[in-house]
Amino acid sequence: MEPKVIRGRDLKRDEFEKALKVEYHPEARYAWDAGYAVGKFLEGLKQGKILGVRCRRCRRILVPPRAFCELCFVPIDEWLELKDTGTVNTFSISYVSMDVKRLEEPEIPAVIEIDGASPGVGILHKLGEVDDPKNVKIGMKVKAVWKPEKERTGAITDILYFKPLEE
Amino acid sequence: MGLNIKHKVAVVGAGMSNVMRRAEETGRELSFYAVKEALKNSGLTIEDVECVVMATAPDAFDGVHMKGEYLADGAGAFRKPYMRSYVGGGSGVFAIIHGWYMVASGMFKTCLVVAEEKMSSAQPHPQAAFNSIYDHTLERPLGVNLLWIFALEMNRYMSVHKIPLEDIALVSVKNKRNGLDHPCTQVGAEVTVKEVLESEIMAWPVHRLMVSPTSDAAAAIVIARDDIARRVSEQPVWIKGVGWNLDTAFWTNRDLYYPDYVEKAARMAYEMAGITNPRKEIHVVEPYDPFAYKELHHLEGLLLADRGKAPELLKKGVFDRDGELPSCPSGGLLGVGNPIAAAGLMKVCEIFWQLRGEAGKRQVKNNPKTGLAQAWGDLMQVGTVVILSVN
Amino acid sequence: MSKVGILGIGIVPARALSSDVSYRELIFEAAVKAYEDAGIEPFDVDTFVSVSEDFNEGVSIFDEYVPDQLGAVLKPVHTISGDGLYGVISVAMQIMTGMFRIGVVEAHSKASNVLNHLKILELALDPVYLRHTGVDPRFLAGLEMRAYMEASGIDAESVARAATHQRTNAIWNPLAAYPGKFSPDDVLLTEVVAEPLTEGMVAQPADGAVVVVLASEDVIRSQKKNQAVWIEGMGFYTSEPSFDTWVWERATYAELSARKAYEMAGISCPSKEISFAEVDSRYAYKMLQHIEACALTDGRNPAQLLRDGFFSKEGTLPVNLSGAHMGIGMMEEATALYQLAFAADQLLGRAGRMQLSDPYRCIIQSWRGLPTRSGATCILSRD
Repeated sequence: MEPKVIRGRDLKRDEFEKALKVEYHPEARYAWDAGYAVGKFLEGLKQGKILGVRCRRCRRILVPPRAFCELCFVPIDEWLELKDTGTVNTFSISYVSMDVKRLEEPEIPAVIEIDGASPGVGILHKLGEVDDPKNVKIGMKVKAVWKPEKERTGAITDILYFKPLEE
Repeated sequence: MGLNIKHKVAVVGAGMSNVMRRAEETGRELSFYAVKEALKNSGLTIEDVECVVMATAPDAFDGVHMKGEYLADGAGAFRKPYMRSYVGGGSGVFAIIHGWYMVASGMFKTCLVVAEEKMSSAQPHPQAAFNSIYDHTLERPLGVNLLWIFALEMNRYMSVHKIPLEDIALVSVKNKRNGLDHPCTQVGAEVTVKEVLESEIMAWPVHRLMVSPTSDAAAAIVIARDDIARRVSEQPVWIKGVGWNLDTAFWTNRDLYYPDYVEKAARMAYEMAGITNPRKEIHVVEPYDPFAYKELHHLEGLLLADRGKAPELLKKGVFDRDGELPSCPSGGLLGVGNPIAAAGLMKVCEIFWQLRGEAGKRQVKNNPKTGLAQAWGDLMQVGTVVILSVN
Repeated sequence: MSKVGILGIGIVPARALSSDVSYRELIFEAAVKAYEDAGIEPFDVDTFVSVSEDFNEGVSIFDEYVPDQLGAVLKPVHTISGDGLYGVISVAMQIMTGMFRIGVVEAHSKASNVLNHLKILELALDPVYLRHTGVDPRFLAGLEMRAYMEASGIDAESVARAATHQRTNAIWNPLAAYPGKFSPDDVLLTEVVAEPLTEGMVAQPADGAVVVVLASEDVIRSQKKNQAVWIEGMGFYTSEPSFDTWVWERATYAELSARKAYEMAGISCPSKEISFAEVDSRYAYKMLQHIEACALTDGRNPAQLLRDGFFSKEGTLPVNLSGAHMGIGMMEEATALYQLAFAADQLLGRAGRMQLSDPYRCIIQSWRGLPTRSGATCILSRD
């Protein structure tokens, strides 16, 4: 029988503010090993290159690189340099921050299919130097804008963003 | 995979707590409410329960490591075999699957399945905790936020099929209206397409009224092997089919316009249930709807609509409570609330009540015999499906 | 009820660090070995389970990152928030339903990537009552150890001996990260964690990965394995979930789960019918407590039995010959599967220098660690 007695009391915001609470700030700290494949990818970024890998069995060219093909289940050891240009596969125009605060300037996250990789194979990044977010389109060509070489650290943020490519 | 299943298993009781933005109660207390309610009409007592399954979403929300252990006594697991399974947002529906295999294995005769979520413990907003679901090296440094992946997927879905935003807004209108009739609702409301489209843009194309809220709640069901179920229950609801499936974590290498993993999970469940024509044989459905487009996306993945055609059926009223295939008659996550794991099990509860004709004001009109609940989670990656039937 | 057995196991040796590989690469290695040992391809597998807890990984919703390295893309996959034996039991139950024939369990540890283990442990404590004491959260182990010692008449030296017993055994286990030759005094003189518990009685973190392939009887028989290892009994229990109801002096979760497993295996006198045991030993006293909980002492004092060599390789009932947590390393959810792998090797006569003569049945017991009262047991036997 659907519930007849509904138990659970919803606190209004002011009740919540006043309620007795225990405050605790989790301190969980990690240093994840990037490993062989991602480690080499990060090295590439530091040098201003987007590296990909090719599976010898299915011949897919993949980015981000991986040490094994998740579909064929064989090790991957063939590396190649991809272009730092690509195509927008999908995008969003985000007006909120991570904790749902309003942003002054929207961010434009996008999945970007990297030129040289197999069709449909992309990475997550952001778009920048966009005059009007309304003009962003799926299928648009974009190019990586890199941090100055001295400031690169071997991180995904060595690419600042991708910018629309003049046709 | 074989289909030589030995034991039939049924649901004999269902219950849930209120669904709230900020519950006064702890997660343990909410679990206790749901369990008491589920046992009430099941014909079984806590002493009869041989094992307990728990579903609850990321520990990061509550800031409790090994949260399943923390919740155990509230879930009735004191000195009982107890396990927590986990597939992100898919966990709520996976929980009944987990309970099913515990009983169908022959190890246990009865099982209590509990799903709990207390999202309000994370302050100022639990969204921040979602950052940690992304790849720690290649994605988190970009300052990711949870809405991004939904917005990216929704945009892809809309663009590939050329679906206008208005059509997607209709899901919010339907589910929020359905939610008004749910006794536990947090966000049931009468809204118009215009209001949905004029609500603030969170991450285009996602508008505020297309997003389910954060919620606190618990839900529970009691399941039993056929011999017990027939003895204690006048109307056992049989678990006819189960399916689950997980796609690759390399989500930026997939075309997000279609959920293959949901289709595979559905096919697994249909096969087990002996269903060859789901559009005729499923009479009521609770697809997972944390965002408006997801209900449509999932109806297609469940093979209950052709690819890209769910919006048209929605417009025709097929998915209304008095339609041919009522979808989310409970109000779903958009109309009741989204206490993540509890939301999934709440959908199972709804199918249970609908099939027994006990859904009160929400009762669908087509005298349903077989229904389906589905949940989804991770990086747009996992589908969990259960098919229930009174036959 | 259909019988479930072990078709293959793959393991990466436990090590204090594994900085050259990511967790994905670590697990991939274990998976490749497991499938090779089982004589299958991942595509033959019907269902997959990974055991993990988000805060141990530093990743929320860790199951996202499970399928790729197991060859499990677009397959039935889920995680269990439990230790490796819970995973084994989950997969075994799935096979027992009749729906699946081959299933895989994966457990791993990247403990070296966690920078503040004690803060993570603190996060597992009750947020209202226990977190704000400001002391090392392992104080719970100190309280438990004292209660156990008083109730069972065991002194700290015997607990230290349990530690050295395991670390010495680990010398002959090539998969163990912490082999070593110590005296009980060395252990007693290490820094105090929470009196009477000292650092030398606490297992040290290690990295590693294990993949176990389970299968139904027909699959195992059709592979023409001369000798196979079977799961005869299984149990898992949560006893008193909240510290305020704990039974401090006994491991009630282990008592309950062992009883269930023995019952399923048709064992009425465990100390006579079990050839050897592998028990959880995250803290050295837990080995003795868990031996008692598994009903292996017939009411005799486990400390005395340990001193008499009862649990040694030459003894009547060898325990933790693998090295267990103190010797292999503390790998959260994974250590019990290292013990299971060691036990399977014993039963198949492949345990090298630690090989027993003709063992036929064993118990493996796990605990989920502080602050839980949850654990599992499996009884394995050979044909």
